[in-house]
Amino acid sequence: MYAFTYQRPTTLADAAAAIQAEDAKLLGGGQTLLPTLKQRLARPTDLIDLGAIPELKGIREADGGLEIGAFTRHAEVAHSDLVKRVIPALSSLAEGIGDRQVRNMGTMGGSIANADPSADYPSAVVALKATVTTDRRSIAGDDFFTGMFETALEPGEIIKSVRFSRPDKAAYAKFRNPASRYAIVGVFVAKFGSEVRVAVTGAAGSVFRAEAFETALVADFRAEALNGLSVGSDGLNADIHASADYRAHLVTVMAKRAVEAAG
Amino acid sequence: MANPNGIGASVRRREDQRFLTGRGNYTDDFKRPNMTHAVHVRSPYAHARILGIDFTDALAIPGVVAVLTGADMEADKVGSLPCGWQIHSKDGSPMKEPPHYPLARDRVRYVGDAVAVVIAETREQARDAAEMVVVDYEELPAVGSSTRAIAGGAPLVHDDAPDNVCYDWHLGDQAAVDAAFANAAHVAKIDLVNQRLVPNAMEPRAAMGEYDQSTGEYTLTTTSQNPHVTRLLMGAFVLGIPEHKLRVVAPDVGGGFGSKIFHYGEEAVVTWAARKVGRPVKWTADRSESFLTDAHGRDHVSHAELAMDADGNFLALRVSTLANLGAYLSTFAPSIPTYLYATLLAGQYKTPAIYAEVKAVFTNTAPVDAYRGAGRPEACYLIERLVDVAAGVMGMDKTEIRRRNFVPKEAMPYQTPVALQYDTGDFAKNLDIALPLVDYPGFQQRRAESKARGKLRGIGFATYIEACGIAPSNVAGALGARAGLYECAEVRFHPTGSVTVFTGSHSHGQGHETTFAQIVAERFGIPIENVEIVHGDTNKIPFGMGTYGSRSLAVGGSALVKAMDKVERKAKKIAAHMLEAAETDIEVKDGRFTVAGTDKSLGIGEIALQAYVPHNFPLDELEPGLDEQAFYDPKNFTYPNGCHVCELEIDPDTGVTTIVSFAAVDDFGNVINPLIVEGQVHGGLVQGIGQALYENCVYDEESGQLVTGSYMDYCMPRADDVPSFTVRYHEDQPCTHNPLGVKGCGEAGTIGAAAAVMNAVVDALSEYGVTHMDMPATPEKVWRTIRDATPAIAAE
Ligand SMILES: Cc1cc2nc3c(=O)[nH]c(=O)nc-3n(C[C@H](O)[C@H](O)[C@H](O)COP(=O)(O)OP(=O)(O)OC[C@H]3O[C@@H](n4cnc5c(N)ncnc54)[C@H](O)[C@@H]3O)c2cc1C
Repeated sequence: MYAFTYQRPTTLADAAAAIQAEDAKLLGGGQTLLPTLKQRLARPTDLIDLGAIPELKGIREADGGLEIGAFTRHAEVAHSDLVKRVIPALSSLAEGIGDRQVRNMGTMGGSIANADPSADYPSAVVALKATVTTDRRSIAGDDFFTGMFETALEPGEIIKSVRFSRPDKAAYAKFRNPASRYAIVGVFVAKFGSEVRVAVTGAAGSVFRAEAFETALVADFRAEALNGLSVGSDGLNADIHASADYRAHLVTVMAKRAVEAAG
Repeated sequence: MANPNGIGASVRRREDQRFLTGRGNYTDDFKRPNMTHAVHVRSPYAHARILGIDFTDALAIPGVVAVLTGADMEADKVGSLPCGWQIHSKDGSPMKEPPHYPLARDRVRYVGDAVAVVIAETREQARDAAEMVVVDYEELPAVGSSTRAIAGGAPLVHDDAPDNVCYDWHLGDQAAVDAAFANAAHVAKIDLVNQRLVPNAMEPRAAMGEYDQSTGEYTLTTTSQNPHVTRLLMGAFVLGIPEHKLRVVAPDVGGGFGSKIFHYGEEAVVTWAARKVGRPVKWTADRSESFLTDAHGRDHVSHAELAMDADGNFLALRVSTLANLGAYLSTFAPSIPTYLYATLLAGQYKTPAIYAEVKAVFTNTAPVDAYRGAGRPEACYLIERLVDVAAGVMGMDKTEIRRRNFVPKEAMPYQTPVALQYDTGDFAKNLDIALPLVDYPGFQQRRAESKARGKLRGIGFATYIEACGIAPSNVAGALGARAGLYECAEVRFHPTGSVTVFTGSHSHGQGHETTFAQIVAERFGIPIENVEIVHGDTNKIPFGMGTYGSRSLAVGGSALVKAMDKVERKAKKIAAHMLEAAETDIEVKDGRFTVAGTDKSLGIGEIALQAYVPHNFPLDELEPGLDEQAFYDPKNFTYPNGCHVCELEIDPDTGVTTIVSFAAVDDFGNVINPLIVEGQVHGGLVQGIGQALYENCVYDEESGQLVTGSYMDYCMPRADDVPSFTVRYHEDQPCTHNPLGVKGCGEAGTIGAAAAVMNAVVDALSEYGVTHMDMPATPEKVWRTIRDATPAIAAE
């Protein structure tokens, strides 16, 4: 690592002030940022640790759904009785992130701010019609992810919480990268009344909705309804672990599994 | 009464207390007053000419003590890293042995090749400065794979190695093999790749050099499996330091798997630099450096053919292998694809004629050398995959074709057509134990049940034999080894009866501190707590050749027994004197010395006290003290062998393979500690499974860049990837030529597992007409294979 100044503000206002420094960086659970620093791929002057700010923590029931503070660790989401009761699919998604050490450190805010194309949470943000609240405004989940490692956040904007709607049925099916355990493909299926959302992560540069799948599932919410459907391999990611056409195939397989699991 | 911690007891590892509580003492834990830190500047190119190195800006970084380059080493007449084994080609010419300098001089030959070292007060300052070293490279075309290396017109890695060939070697009777093929009723053929692996010891390599100006003594503390070998290689060949002025310490070492056998350039750099800067110099690899610069393993491309008669009896085996040695010759690299590979191609079978050709080539990749199993997993994988193909050709059951061709127990000792003489082994017995463990007759029903759930089920067998306990020095010497391969032990009784054992064998996960102590406790009837095992320090241990090739117990343990024999012989003389009896009347059992037919006896403790307080001692006949040393040079290799069976399920929708069960039946000769043996087998199996399903070191063929340079891309097997293993061993066939009757167990799991898993994968896919798949059987590869075999299903 290069040298930096470490700050640990206790209020959101102090954090917002501190992040204005040129080349300052917010620190969540550090699971992406710290490896980046260790490899000397980034050189922030200041690290603003968000871990001592009460406003960023906690899981609450809100508008029938859930509001989860940005500095909530994956393990907390995975083990929360409230999450298990209201949106069990979200808790099982969290339980499938990385490994135990990563889940004990990584945070929801850090994950979605980072917008890794193979991260799990982005699929939930989109499928569960979430709203992302920052220190400045609210951003619809549908508008939040704008590209590979890109979001609608402005420089220095801090995520406060994420509000998820409660679906009638939902499930997340992940095909994990055997090496990193990130998603090669992850599909979050959620049914709200007559509306169905199918959000796909891992497959492309950013999370996307499989609209043809949604239409088919609105008509018939069974795995068989997806037979013969494919998102196509155009524009999908390809690497040594999975080619684009394998990913396209997996999207259909995982979508079917999610529908089956959602019941 | 049997010693509760003696031979055969599952004593818990004594060393684990310190390891599990974080109190191990690893090289990086050592801190010295005034110590500096070294960081290497490494080549980002696979192949380039060094036009110049400018480190003016680096020197200006606060805390920087020195920046040293290959030119400084050349000025100090530092030599090339030596190679410990010489192979001769078919035409009798010696292998090409281009120099391998600790810091590159005019050219870099793989990504990670060191060009300079920065020494600073702190590691971070050294890293800061290393980034400021400007190396002017002229990039050259690179060779990223062995097949590319021998393609016409490929760039040359070394100008003096035409066609990139290091050697073109062969073994066996080509004419006999050709004749057998001419008369064969059936021939099975296979083309396969044994992919390159990164060893991934948990502790990265590290080295600390020290120089004492007042005595002229150097000390190297390093992550080594064999400190004496490192002392010899570095002292004699690289730095020109005589043994009495060079101490090499290998403290706790966190795993090696072969990769820490070799003498690496960084060891020479820190030792040499310590004198130059007049301060201790420490270097510790980070994980990225480990990926780039630890010697890798495997990397073979092979074609093999098996001739059979009408009944499926093997007549002859013909093998041709292209082996990638990387950019330079690592310490034992040339021996791995030759004498540790081709000599094992008989496997457990009585194939009368075998001919193997091995072409070893240089490429712009990290050096390749021994990795757990070293040559033997490559041989086992090739034979066992080929035998499965042969079973298909013959329409025979896979266990039957094996059984028909096993070397029968009665044929032992058995001379193979590829140089080795097996002393013992009952291969049919291994299979007989394994089959009920896996309920082989019930397999078809289990397969049908899987099918009903939409899954493909496969079962795979692998039998293996390995040559361990290396090695008879004269035999190894005749085959090209440039070192002896004996082992040394010293058994020192202290006046009050406790014992310190000094062994030249080194423990870095094997558990010597427990097993070696069990052997001593058993022999002398003393509590295990009274025995201390010391290893890993050339100033304490008389001599040693170290730990690799499952040799610790077979060779190091034998040296220990010889030293204990000497102690006992002397103790007997002392006892006879003390008991006023004739030496021939003294009976010895479990450390008690008794005058035959009387109740007059002495314990070893009383004798030890007399040896050091010799008031009633035969001083005119014997020297005081009870401290004996022995060297043991093995008479033959040892031949652990076994049968592994893997059952697995494939999800055809995703291509994911899940191992359902895995049984390993092994013959390790006599077992000292069943718990440790089982642990060694478990670890070995996981590494073999890792190769079969997950691990793959990928270089870009054209650029020579390492594609899988971190755990994000290089997939290690994890606990939840493997089932609970069923492990059995039998002790019916002890080794005939070493005193403990032991064969070795460290590599067996790795050797058998990869073949068993891949045979099961291919079996599961057999309904699609699949007869072979290269490792690793990744989900995409499996899925694609299924899809390509069933166009109708894919289109659905
Ligand atoms: C071995 C390993 C395996 C992993 N596997 C998975 C996986 O399977 N699935 C998965 O989804 N993820 C995985 N991850 C990622 C991990 O779960 C974290 O979610 C991720 O690293 C980011 O979260 P963090 O809290 O650690 O953020 P940090 O690393 O601290 O920060 C990441 C980025 O977010 C910014 N940031 C942090 N908090 C906020 C905030 N409140 N507002 C605005 N910006 C903020 C930081 O400035 C930084 O740019 C894995 C990570 C590792 C190391």
